[in-house]
Amino acid sequence: MKQLIRTFLIVLAVAFIFIFIVARLNASQGLSGGNTLTIYNWGDYSDPDLIDQFEEETGIRVIYETFDSNEAMLTKIQQGGTTYDLAVPSEYAISKMKEEELLIPLDHELLPNRQYLNPRFLNLSFDPDNAYSIPYFWGTVGIVYNKEMVGDKTITSWNDLWDEEFRNDILLVDGAREIMGMGLNSLYYSLNSTNESELQQAKEKLHTLSPNIKAIVGDEVKMLIGNGEAPIGVVWSGMAAEIMYENEDLDYVVPEEGSNLWFDNMVIPKTADNIEGAHQFINFMLDPENSAQNAEYVGYSTPNEKALELLPEDISGDERFYPSPELTEKLEVYDNLGKEVLAYYNDLFLEFKIELR
Amino acid sequence: MQTKSRNFYLFPYTFWIALFVLAPLGLVLFYSFTDLNGEFTLGNYGAFFTSTYLQLTLSSFWYAFLIAIFSLLVAYPTALLLTKTKHKQLWLLLIIVPSWINLLLKVYAFLGIFGTYGPVNALLEVAGIGPQQLLFTDFSFVLVSVYIFIPFMILPIFNALDKLNPSIVDASRDLGASSWTTFRHVIFPLTIDGVRAGCQLVFIPSLSLFMITRLIAGNQVTTLGTAIEQHFLVTQNWGMGATIAVFLIIAMVIIMFLTGKRGMTNGKKA
Repeated sequence: MKQLIRTFLIVLAVAFIFIFIVARLNASQGLSGGNTLTIYNWGDYSDPDLIDQFEEETGIRVIYETFDSNEAMLTKIQQGGTTYDLAVPSEYAISKMKEEELLIPLDHELLPNRQYLNPRFLNLSFDPDNAYSIPYFWGTVGIVYNKEMVGDKTITSWNDLWDEEFRNDILLVDGAREIMGMGLNSLYYSLNSTNESELQQAKEKLHTLSPNIKAIVGDEVKMLIGNGEAPIGVVWSGMAAEIMYENEDLDYVVPEEGSNLWFDNMVIPKTADNIEGAHQFINFMLDPENSAQNAEYVGYSTPNEKALELLPEDISGDERFYPSPELTEKLEVYDNLGKEVLAYYNDLFLEFKIELR
Repeated sequence: MQTKSRNFYLFPYTFWIALFVLAPLGLVLFYSFTDLNGEFTLGNYGAFFTSTYLQLTLSSFWYAFLIAIFSLLVAYPTALLLTKTKHKQLWLLLIIVPSWINLLLKVYAFLGIFGTYGPVNALLEVAGIGPQQLLFTDFSFVLVSVYIFIPFMILPIFNALDKLNPSIVDASRDLGASSWTTFRHVIFPLTIDGVRAGCQLVFIPSLSLFMITRLIAGNQVTTLGTAIEQHFLVTQNWGMGATIAVFLIIAMVIIMFLTGKRGMTNGKKA
């Protein structure tokens, strides 16, 4: 027993020594931290040429790490193991990060290019006065489908997906809010519903879609739909734009029952070392020309008004990706529903996945 | 004096085990008793015993069982054949080499191979069977998992077979046993330890596969591993994830115990 206690104490002591060493290491890195900038972004979400250009202009070396869901990103930043200088979370994740005090306020003086942003995307409820965040891209959740493979059926709404014709035809992205939102919207409920019975109904409704679902996948959905592996996918607008560029048979629709309008925003998390560099990067990305180049590469919609003017007409005039104000009315931004409700969404989604077959 | 120095040499090992095995296990156990707000609860254990999770556990075991059985069916004859070849070390190396390639890369390769326009379907079409839905089925899930785990099954069986004294086999044949009887009553019982080790190496990791369930099975198959990953990364319900992990660990210990050396077959042998 004595031995056990002694071992345990030694382990504790060494753990503390490690923590101390890490803290010292971080501190010493802080002195030379001006040379690197660690960006934590969604996969394939900025033009690599722009990163090279930024490195050349500023002499800062960029480390680019990626995540595939807001939740995964949040977990990593909460743990704080890596010194991420810049992250690009969606709006509901930002309100959560604000609550948990994981963000550093932005210095607007260092961001003169902010003036080019469309005021429609500024000062939104999740971050009044943009104290912590600058919009990076925005878009919708909708249905991408292969016109050739779907045949004479037209898809304009979520409920069209329940058609028996589409047996084993549909790919879904692996996102709890997106898919639960689709279930809620198909029942004409708000995708921010906190009503337990509405959520249950949405899950039941999703369950009846099971025979039509081919798979629930991550970023691979782009490749799979692009190759004609499945005719229909529920995806984010930018994903659709990217594969439509490669495969002309594809079309994208924002369902008429309504859908999600989302923003991804650049923020500086508490883990940041190179705060000045992060500001430089944000300002660099806000430059109209860079912003336009990035929007052309990524395929999502830019909130940058000046950049929009620089984009070719066939991109900026495309109502599927720059929806009219009337359609935008029907779109909802995700609210931060709080831990409990969010956990309920996630649990329902997990249950739906377990019961898929 | 002697014991003291032995203790000293033991220290790095004990230390390693305590810091990287015992401490994490303790943490897992601790988390399994917390709810979303970090307060004490038994609710996670209650939630585990609902139909959803029990069904999940059952299906995980079923798929792990299938994977282990099919791996064994492929691996045993292969290992047997290997011991009979001239350059067995070379052949063994060739079998092991693919396991040096990253798991994810191999899985991605299967996405292409099994695709609607992939080579397998092209072959089926030529054969007149017509294209089949291969991706996102439990068939492809089991097949890819078996492919990945085969080296882990072959190695221990190969070692057991290699160590087998050939004169015992010769004696069996001399005494008039057919090759099937020899295999059934001599070779297989004497290599059962290799089979056990192989099954452990395949069955236990199969319970917690999670990358393949998404990429190859498109979430049509959910295992305990998937559920743990989801709870830690997506749901952020660490308590529930830890609870599933606790049950996974218990299941592993039971399997180790059942298939371990202390099993009954060993007693019979002695």
